[in-house]
Amino acid sequence: MPDEAVLPPPDFAERGHWFLTGAGKAISIPGLILFTAHIGFAGLAREAGMTMGQAVFMVLAIWALPGMVVLLGAVMSGAGLVAAAFAVALSSVRLTPMVVALVPELRGPRTNRLTLYLLAHFIAVTSWVIALQTVRDVPRDLRTSYYFGLGSSLVLVNMVVVWLFYLVAEDLPPVVAAGLFLLTPMYFLTSLWGAAREQAGHMAMVFGLVLGPLLHVFVPGLDLLGAGLIGGGLAYGAHLYQDRRK
Amino acid sequence: MTLGWIDEWWWPYAFILLAGFATTYPWRALGVYLGGRIRDDAEILVLVRAVATALVAAVIGNLVCFPSGPAAGTTAALRVAAAVAGFAVYFIRGRAVLPGIVVAEAVFVVGFYLGL
Repeated sequence: MPDEAVLPPPDFAERGHWFLTGAGKAISIPGLILFTAHIGFAGLAREAGMTMGQAVFMVLAIWALPGMVVLLGAVMSGAGLVAAAFAVALSSVRLTPMVVALVPELRGPRTNRLTLYLLAHFIAVTSWVIALQTVRDVPRDLRTSYYFGLGSSLVLVNMVVVWLFYLVAEDLPPVVAAGLFLLTPMYFLTSLWGAAREQAGHMAMVFGLVLGPLLHVFVPGLDLLGAGLIGGGLAYGAHLYQDRRK
Repeated sequence: MTLGWIDEWWWPYAFILLAGFATTYPWRALGVYLGGRIRDDAEILVLVRAVATALVAAVIGNLVCFPSGPAAGTTAALRVAAAVAGFAVYFIRGRAVLPGIVVAEAVFVVGFYLGL
């Protein structure tokens, strides 16, 4: 393989091709399941008293379902700006390690830092999982174009999904409305398991699943952060222990 | 300063920007800053991925155990059973996402009608 640094910079057509390849990945099983999770969000937003415009704006501005759901919960409980902001901030700390894990894969030798700061807004579970699974098949110089296509089309499609289903949410039968809730966790479960690169990822998942609800009961507000640090730390400890025995 | 604090069309949008965007984007930007200093095969990324994975797994656990909306009326046992059944199918069928989700929903819908 030639040294990537001496290849000529990709031209516009090549970038366009990989942008569209990335955009096409939005129409996939993970993408479809994310749509259904946003159907659930549209119903919830309506219950919380948000207008359609506000619900659609939340998708664009936050682009992280757990944070969006937490903000709705805060609004429904009549929380003020500071309390709501604090809850969303806590639920979104998880974005930092996700971005840290993905950025070294997206970055090429010529990548502008500003590009990465713009792309970072699109990083949430779905595009993160799809990218970790597929980005190594994309030429390094074109990974930012690919991810831009993937992330922006996911945001756009889900804004449309929330807009459409906000209008019909009230007419859904109760069993459908209740069943929608399961789509998001099932989707997170299967996609996370599939995206784990090493056994530590699978262990971290099991620890997080148990610690999340457990800490939610004892230290609400710190449950996600605590479960991440303790669960991830334990999984990494087990990973080091296994490495040493090899 | 709640969502309905100022009776102007722009206030809820400002509220969403302040409570939603200003509280999520900085975490992403921090990730770019830190990630720019790490090689993509660095050992520390195993730890970082583990922490991120455990955090999202905690979100999953909380969604199943403490749902809001219409699903809050079902029992935790039913929701956990549906999720476990779905994941078992996903695992046994060689990471088949769609069959896993279909089975989870089927278990949940049957339980819902039985009033579980």
